Amino acid sequence: MRLLIAIIASISLLITEYRSERLLPLRATLSVFTDSLKYAVDLPVSLFEKTSNELASYNTLKKENTSLRQEQLINRMQLLKFDALEKENIRLRALLENSFKLGEQVLIAELLSINMVADEHIMVVNKGTRFGVHPQQPVLDANGVVGQVFRALPFSSEIMLITDPNHAIPVQVNRNGLLTIAVGSGMSNQLNLPYLPNNADIRPGDLLITSGLGGIFPAGYPVGVVDDFPETTNKSIPHITATPKSLLDRKRELLIVWSSNALMPLTAPLSKTPADNE
Amino acid sequence: MHSCPSPRHLAKPLQTMNNSYSAMRIFITLLVAMCLRIAPLPEILAPLNPDWVLLVLIYWSLAIPERVGIAHAWCLGILVDVLLGRHFGQNALIYSLIIYACLVWHRQLRQFPVVQQSAFIFLCLLLSQLLLFWFKNVQAAMQISGAFWLPILSGTVLWPFIYQLMRSIRRL
Repeated sequence: MRLLIAIIASISLLITEYRSERLLPLRATLSVFTDSLKYAVDLPVSLFEKTSNELASYNTLKKENTSLRQEQLINRMQLLKFDALEKENIRLRALLENSFKLGEQVLIAELLSINMVADEHIMVVNKGTRFGVHPQQPVLDANGVVGQVFRALPFSSEIMLITDPNHAIPVQVNRNGLLTIAVGSGMSNQLNLPYLPNNADIRPGDLLITSGLGGIFPAGYPVGVVDDFPETTNKSIPHITATPKSLLDRKRELLIVWSSNALMPLTAPLSKTPADNE
Repeated sequence: MHSCPSPRHLAKPLQTMNNSYSAMRIFITLLVAMCLRIAPLPEILAPLNPDWVLLVLIYWSLAIPERVGIAHAWCLGILVDVLLGRHFGQNALIYSLIIYACLVWHRQLRQFPVVQQSAFIFLCLLLSQLLLFWFKNVQAAMQISGAFWLPILSGTVLWPFIYQLMRSIRRL
């Protein structure tokens, strides 16, 4: 009898969650308890990292400092150039009567070192709805796209990586703008490109960037590099794969991105740019 | 191998005496099991990580069946669903089914030698993994590698140790 009640209750819960979002508050409440467990499991690892940081010697810190400073100098220089290019791009797009997306806002989140389900590529970070994180937000790291927010809880959020077999990301080849979709392979260092015609102009070493189609990922972020594949001249389609740019299982800091969906008005950049350029 | 279960009339006064004490012990062991479930294991070991919560729950349902019921199993399953980010009800359904089987057969199971118990555990874990497999296929078409079934084996192999450990915790 009790078993029957339990089975009916579970199945009705399953169905309600498939159909609607009504159970989200319940999940959020229960997640306060489970998140404390997640933080507890993460604690030894983060403590170890913190203490090893504290114990780093003066010399290594100094070395790191100088190298970081140099890196920052180089980055800033590139950024200046990039700024000018962006302005120019906006102007040109305005001439073409095309809209342009504004810049993005980011939040730095730290990965919790826990294993969720072994065969799913889902990771947990320490920022949740209390910081305004919401599902489907893109997640990046310093090298490229990591994935998207899959479920946001009050104190943590689950991130589906681009390598998850259930994940697909619209990309384009940086060299020629060829559009396709990169599907996760289930392996942490591989993406599949199954939707390519066999005469597609794609070569090993091509950089794949987000195309901005689909409306979730902002355009222009690196996703991966096309792997070597045997050149075939006949009709057989080679199985083309790519290696993700981001270090999916090594990085601890991630960036959660708010891409403002407001498109820049067509006339505004022209009147604004002179003032901005100085 | 379990020592002969103490008759009810002997067990009762003892139970009421350290009721809260044993409840706390159950709670703590389950908490530790939940932590182990999400423990950051190296990549080779990660697919082997068995369902610790289910194993510990099976132990308690065999050891003190009068205190662990389907309702507990169901609530715990809901918590594990939140913990692992699954849809609500998956683990709840699995846990309540398996704990029901354990409660029905707990008398026989307690008399079994460890090997036979492990065989039963194997069947339980197989059932749970089969149900998870089914849920996954309903959710999304995805290839499931052979590694998906490994927790069944690791759980079965670990069961005798878990059993001994839990028994020493219960006798503490």
